[in-house]
Amino acid sequence: MQLTDRKKVVVKKEMSFMEKLYLPAILNGMSITIKHLFKRSSTIKYPEQKREIAEVYRGQHVLKRDENGAERCTACGLCAVACPAEAITMRSEERRQGEENLYREEKYAATYEINMLRCIFCGLCEEACPKEAIFLTDRIVPTEFKRNEFIYGKDKLVEPVGQPVDVTCRQTKEVLSFKKDKTKYHNQTFKDQQLLEGSQNH
Amino acid sequence: MLSQYLFFFLSFVAVFSALLVIIDKNPVHSVLYLIVTFFSIAGHYFLLNAQFLAAVHIIVYAGAIMVLFLYVIMMLNLNKEIEPHKKNIPKVIAVVSACLLMMVFVATLKGAETTMLTSAKNSNVGLVENLGKVLFNEYMLPFELSSVLFLAGMVGAVFLSKKEIH
Amino acid sequence: MIAFIIYKSILVFVVFLVSLGIAAYSTYAERKVAAFMQDRVGPDRAGPFGILQPIADGIKMFMKEEIIPTVSNKFLFVLGPSLAMLTALMTGVVIPWGGDLSFGGQVYPLQITDINIGILYVFGVVSIGVYGIMIGGWASNNKYSMLGALRASSQMISYEIAMGLAIVALVMKTGTLSLGEIVNQQNGDWWNICYQPLGFLIFLICAFAETNRAPFDLPECETELVGGYHTEYSSMKLGFYLFAEYINIFISAAIMSSLYFGGYNIPFQHLIPVGPNILAFLQVGFFFSKIIFFIFFFMWVRWTIPRFRYDQLMNLGWKIMIPLAIFNILATGIMMFALGKV
Repeated sequence: MQLTDRKKVVVKKEMSFMEKLYLPAILNGMSITIKHLFKRSSTIKYPEQKREIAEVYRGQHVLKRDENGAERCTACGLCAVACPAEAITMRSEERRQGEENLYREEKYAATYEINMLRCIFCGLCEEACPKEAIFLTDRIVPTEFKRNEFIYGKDKLVEPVGQPVDVTCRQTKEVLSFKKDKTKYHNQTFKDQQLLEGSQNH
Repeated sequence: MLSQYLFFFLSFVAVFSALLVIIDKNPVHSVLYLIVTFFSIAGHYFLLNAQFLAAVHIIVYAGAIMVLFLYVIMMLNLNKEIEPHKKNIPKVIAVVSACLLMMVFVATLKGAETTMLTSAKNSNVGLVENLGKVLFNEYMLPFELSSVLFLAGMVGAVFLSKKEIH
Repeated sequence: MIAFIIYKSILVFVVFLVSLGIAAYSTYAERKVAAFMQDRVGPDRAGPFGILQPIADGIKMFMKEEIIPTVSNKFLFVLGPSLAMLTALMTGVVIPWGGDLSFGGQVYPLQITDINIGILYVFGVVSIGVYGIMIGGWASNNKYSMLGALRASSQMISYEIAMGLAIVALVMKTGTLSLGEIVNQQNGDWWNICYQPLGFLIFLICAFAETNRAPFDLPECETELVGGYHTEYSSMKLGFYLFAEYINIFISAAIMSSLYFGGYNIPFQHLIPVGPNILAFLQVGFFFSKIIFFIFFFMWVRWTIPRFRYDQLMNLGWKIMIPLAIFNILATGIMMFALGKV
C-alpha cells in the first residue's frame, strides 16, 4: 500500500571512479565549511543583548495592585480552573478589619503559587481573571538551580507597592478591548449579569 | 674523554635493562626495559658516528617492532592468575642452551682483536652517503638478496593472513 | 664557545616557549574556528574576544583534582603523559625557523641543530611518540583506555609506513636528509610541492593520522571509547595529552611547510631590499604564516569530515596509502631517470 508519493528507493549502486576517489566530495564539504566561516553568527549574547520579542509575548506573571496599592486578587480560583497545566494553587482568607488598604476585595489570596515548570504560558489565567488581577508580562522567567525555586509565591508574583509592572505594552488593542468589553461575561458586574440572565430567560 | 664516560654509562644502562627484561615478572615492564636497551644501543651507534644506523635502529626497533610487541602483550592481557604452570624440563633445557650460546660468544670474542674505541670517532663510515655508496657498490648482491628475502616474508605473511575461500 | 652555548640555549628556550604558546592558542583557535564554522560565537568571556581563554583553561587544568586510579600502575600512569609531551617537544630542534642572523662577523643560524639525518630524526621521534599514549592507556587499567591505546599504536604504525615512503620519494628528489639543506634547495626554485604533489597528499593524510586528529581520531573516539586513552586522566596530566596533540600539529605543520612549501623562503626574496638580519626575521614571519595556515587547515578538516570507521582506517592505510606511496616512488624514479638527473 502506498501512503505517500514521497518515498525514495535506496539503491546500492557501484560508485564511479570520481566518487571512489572521495577527494571531490571532501573538497566540496570543505568549501561548505569555509563559506560558513564568513557567515554572521546567529548567537544572541543573552545577558547583554536580548532577543526581540513579539508584542504579545507571554512571560512571567504578575499579580496587579489597584490604584490605591491594594491587591486586586480575590482568590476566586478561576485562574486555577482555567489553567490547563494545573500550575496554579491558592488558599483564600477573609479580609479582616483594617486590612482594606491591603486587599481590595473581602476575600483575598493568603498564598498564591504558580509552578513555573508546569506553566505553559498560554495566558488562559489572564483571560479567566474577572478582577484583572493576573497578567502575563514580557519578563522572562530566570533559570534556577533547584526545582523548588521555580514555584513562585506571592513574594515574587505580586508587584511591589509603588512600582507597578507595566502590562499594557504587551496587550494588543484587541486584548485591551476584550478586557474592557462589558458584554463579555467575566467583565460584567454581578448586577449586569443578573440583568443579562433575566433578559435571556424572558 | 666524555665519549668514554658516555660509553660506560650507556653500556651499564644497556646491560642493566637487558637483565631487567628477563628478571621482571610483568611482561609489559619487560618490553619497556627492552625499549630502554634499544635506546642505549642507539646511543652507542651515535658514539660511533653512525647516525643513520642509530636513527633507523630507533625507528625500526623502538618505534615499530617494540610497539607491536607491546601491542600483542597488551592484547593478550597476561597476568599471574591465568599464567599456565610451567614444567621444569624446558627451564633446564633453556639454561643449558643459553650456556652453550655464551660459550660460543666467549670463544669468538676471545679471538677477536681489541680495537680502540676512539678510533671510530672521526670515521664517516656511518654517515648516510658513505653507507649508501658501500651498500650499493660493494655489498650490492647481499643487499638485494636480503630485500628479496623481505619480499618473500611479506608475501608469506599476506598469504597466511588471508582467509581461505572455499 | 660560551657565546655559542648561550645562543643555542636561548634558541632552545624560545622554540620551547613558542611551541607551548602556539599549542595554547591552538586550543583557543580550535574552539573559535569550530564556532565560526558552525555559525556560533565561541569563547568570548575571558578578555576581549576571549583572548585570555587559554590562560583560564591552563589555570583550570592546574587547579583540578589530580586523580590516579588505585588499580593503575602509578609510575607508568605518570610516565605516559610525560613521554607524550617530551616527544612532541623534541621534534622542534631540527626545524629551520629562518635564515642566518649575523652579528659582528659571527653567523647565528635560526635552527637549533642541522643534523644530517634531520628527517630520520623527526621520524624516529614521531615513531616513539606512540609510547606515551600506549603506556598511559595501559597503565590506566581501564578497558576503554586500553582499546584507545591499542588503536593508537596500530594506527600510528600503519600510517608511519606510508609517511616514510612518501618522504623517500622526496629524499630521492632532494638527495639529502637534512632539513636545512632541503629548505635551502627551494630558495629561488620551485617549491617541492610542484615536484611531489602526490607525495604531499600522502604525507598530509598520514600527518593527520599520526597526530590523532579528525578524521583519524579513533584513539579518543568519544562515541565508542568514552575518552579513549585518556579516559582516566584528569588535571594537568590530561592537559599534557591535549597539549602534546596541539604541539604535534604545530610541528607537523612546520615540517610540512619546510619539506614541501619552501620553509622560510619568501618567493623572490632576493628582490626585497633589506639587510640579511631583517630578511631573516621576515622569513621567520613568513614561515609562521605558513605554519598557521596549516594549523588552520587541520582544524578546517576536523570540523568538516566525520570520523572514519576502524576497518576503513586500516583499509585506507594499507590498501591505498602504501601502494600509492610506492607508486609515487616509482614515478619519481622514472621521472628522474627520464630527465637525466640520476
